[in-house]
Amino acid sequence: MNNKNKTQEHEVGGRAEASLSRRDLLKGVGLTGAALMTAGSSSVIAQAPDTQASPVRIRVTEALETLTSAESAALDAFASRILPSDDGTPGAHEARAVHFIDRGLTGAMAASREQYTAGLAALDDHAMQVGGSAFHALPASAQDAIIDAMTRSAIPESPTLNAGFFNLVRTHTIEGTFSDPYYGGNRDFVGWDLIGYPGVRIMSTPDEITQGKDLAPSRQSAYDMPAYTKDPAGPAAQAGGASHGH
Amino acid sequence: MATELPRTDVVVIGLGAVGGVAVLPLVNAGLNVIGLEAGGWMTTRDFAPDEMRNNIRDWPQAVPKAKNEIPTSRANINFEAVQGGGHPMMNGVGGTSLHYWAQSWRLNPWDFKTVSETTRRYGAHRVPVDSTVEDWPISYDDLESYYDRVEYALGVSGNAGNINGSLQPNGSQFEGPRSRAYPMPGLRSSGFTDMMSEAARNLGWNPFQGPAAINTEVYGDRPGCFYHGFCDRGGCHVSAKSSTAVTTIPEAMKSGLLKVVTHARVLKIVNDADGRVTGVEYLSGNQVLFQPADAVLLASQTYENSRLLLLSKSREFPDGLANNSGQVGQHYFSHHQGAPVLALFPKNLNNWYGLPAQGVAIDEWADDNFDHSDLDFIGGGNLWAHTDRKPISAAKMPTFDLVPTWGAQWKAFIRDNADRTNTSYIQKTTLPYRGNYLDLDPLVKDKLGFPVIRITAELRDNEKRIAAFTQERMEEWYRAAGAVQIVRTGLGTAMGPSTHAYGGTRMGDDPTTNVTDRFGFAHEAPNLGVLGASVMGTSGARNPTLTAQALAWRTAEHLVNNWDTITR
Repeated sequence: MNNKNKTQEHEVGGRAEASLSRRDLLKGVGLTGAALMTAGSSSVIAQAPDTQASPVRIRVTEALETLTSAESAALDAFASRILPSDDGTPGAHEARAVHFIDRGLTGAMAASREQYTAGLAALDDHAMQVGGSAFHALPASAQDAIIDAMTRSAIPESPTLNAGFFNLVRTHTIEGTFSDPYYGGNRDFVGWDLIGYPGVRIMSTPDEITQGKDLAPSRQSAYDMPAYTKDPAGPAAQAGGASHGH
Repeated sequence: MATELPRTDVVVIGLGAVGGVAVLPLVNAGLNVIGLEAGGWMTTRDFAPDEMRNNIRDWPQAVPKAKNEIPTSRANINFEAVQGGGHPMMNGVGGTSLHYWAQSWRLNPWDFKTVSETTRRYGAHRVPVDSTVEDWPISYDDLESYYDRVEYALGVSGNAGNINGSLQPNGSQFEGPRSRAYPMPGLRSSGFTDMMSEAARNLGWNPFQGPAAINTEVYGDRPGCFYHGFCDRGGCHVSAKSSTAVTTIPEAMKSGLLKVVTHARVLKIVNDADGRVTGVEYLSGNQVLFQPADAVLLASQTYENSRLLLLSKSREFPDGLANNSGQVGQHYFSHHQGAPVLALFPKNLNNWYGLPAQGVAIDEWADDNFDHSDLDFIGGGNLWAHTDRKPISAAKMPTFDLVPTWGAQWKAFIRDNADRTNTSYIQKTTLPYRGNYLDLDPLVKDKLGFPVIRITAELRDNEKRIAAFTQERMEEWYRAAGAVQIVRTGLGTAMGPSTHAYGGTRMGDDPTTNVTDRFGFAHEAPNLGVLGASVMGTSGARNPTLTAQALAWRTAEHLVNNWDTITR
């Protein structure tokens, strides 16, 4: 089974347009964790020059589904301070947690959309007031000061910026960084690599388990496995499970 | 007006962990059975190794019916009951046995005789004065052969501790005598469980792998466990987990006598002028159908069991079916699983794979296995250290107040410690009390306009003292294994919605304090049987499912053996 090819299919949200895999893309444009650090550049992949792309490659477009550009910039900066990458290793930005949140807000997390609308607007308003620019353009130290006050619900002039909103964004940032890449984050498995999770697999032997984080990563989404793709059941997809009368 | 369907012998409402077991002895006796299930069939293809889907987004348990019937909950009548975000039960053929941990314990003999044994050993004053606990009408010995049948029919793995009175070194030294060993040996150990076992032995305790309805070798047409680690709130991708959807239900279907009706939303159990039930009214799509039957077995989990009885009002039962005694909904409690202990170790535990039923148990502090003479509570807790770790939950772990919860320090902390924490699972004796009950919520309704169940229940002193005592023991154990940081999590106050929910249709000989008789049939409606933990009067210190399944088998067998008198 060619995992790379399977990976491509959910690269853009499980849609049909297959593309080159994220790893090929990152390699192809020479991007490293450090090069991806710029706050607010959530569309860096789309900006990648296609000069090195082979003719069969299909351009990856990653439109945001619900967040505005200002919202995504603020959110990416926020998430990047929660799980930063200034130690040189990938964080929430490289995992594309914002992409995960954006997609979630149009579906399973839709109930949180209004909280994001209000919270991110308040974040930029407050940043403008105290620092003279939008949140994403503030220096990291100023961003951290605002977040720190938020965790203590200590921004009386902007009550929306409270611990509840912080916890919401923190929770979703974690989920966007460490969930299966199928959901749009954990790009290139950077989240799983960060904490040493060797990835989902069909079975685990005692020897594999004993290796802990030294086990070679599986580098696959659950939905790279033919047993779980949502194509109609075929003979291959039914392998490995007991059959019974239904 | 409901469309009347052809008559059948037995209708089972709910094909989950218990309804799915009861159908087998019924069809084996040649009875025609219709199983009404609110959910549909799921297959191994639905059970992807996906933490987001299983553990964060609650799929597949958050399907529409259950999700629209989430109980409201409050500690006592001084509060307004509010609806929480999730429902512990799920609809689907196999029900919650699809996604449970599959721990399959027998109760301890003491759990059946809590009142008399406490009185005998310590005096009657030691039974909490506000508790409504009674001895069960049956003993462990009465249930033993049914435990055995279920363990073999489903496929339960485990290491026996007591076979016909002969103690076995690898099992619990406190379990009641069993007539034979489990059909399969227990789940394998891991480096982590070996470490915990050694620490327990150093404390003078007897650690053992607990039992699970999970194959450890090929059993029938199903394989042994693959240990990939997505059991918790996930179905098994290779059907090694012995849910009723892959065991007793398909086995019963082979007879041709069980008809499974999916997406059947039961509205009411109907009764006649003599108080006998005549069948079940249910919604299929937008059609209301009436399924007549000679006997009805209600198996829709504790909350829905009480709810459906309370909603089934008639001239004969103005306050709900089988509720002229006012006992439906009483003696409710949800199992006291809160107050775990979290530990941080100075080395990786290699727990990325493995399952929550793969763990090591300590029974020294459970039930009445230790002397309570100088203690201020009765009962105790089963300590459970298990392997189960996934990346999102690892990243969400507490920071033990060592670092902030965000930023560079936090990132370094989770990078270094993601595989170094463990959370224990401590199940504790829980009792029924006056003032703790289920009824219909006066305000909150489901989408069809029927009231949801309202929980009014709070933990009392006995539960709080067990929590403090067992957390102490758990910390001792973790420290002995080398833990460097410990957090004890709070207990909470309300006995809110839980998969381990008990009572509401308690089983007992006295019809003024119990809804069902010693065989699980309603005192007031003799051809209505009730299946599930709703008939249980004590929780024990362990998971209810196997006991509820053994009781379900026994109720079904009683129906078979007394068919003429029960159905007339």
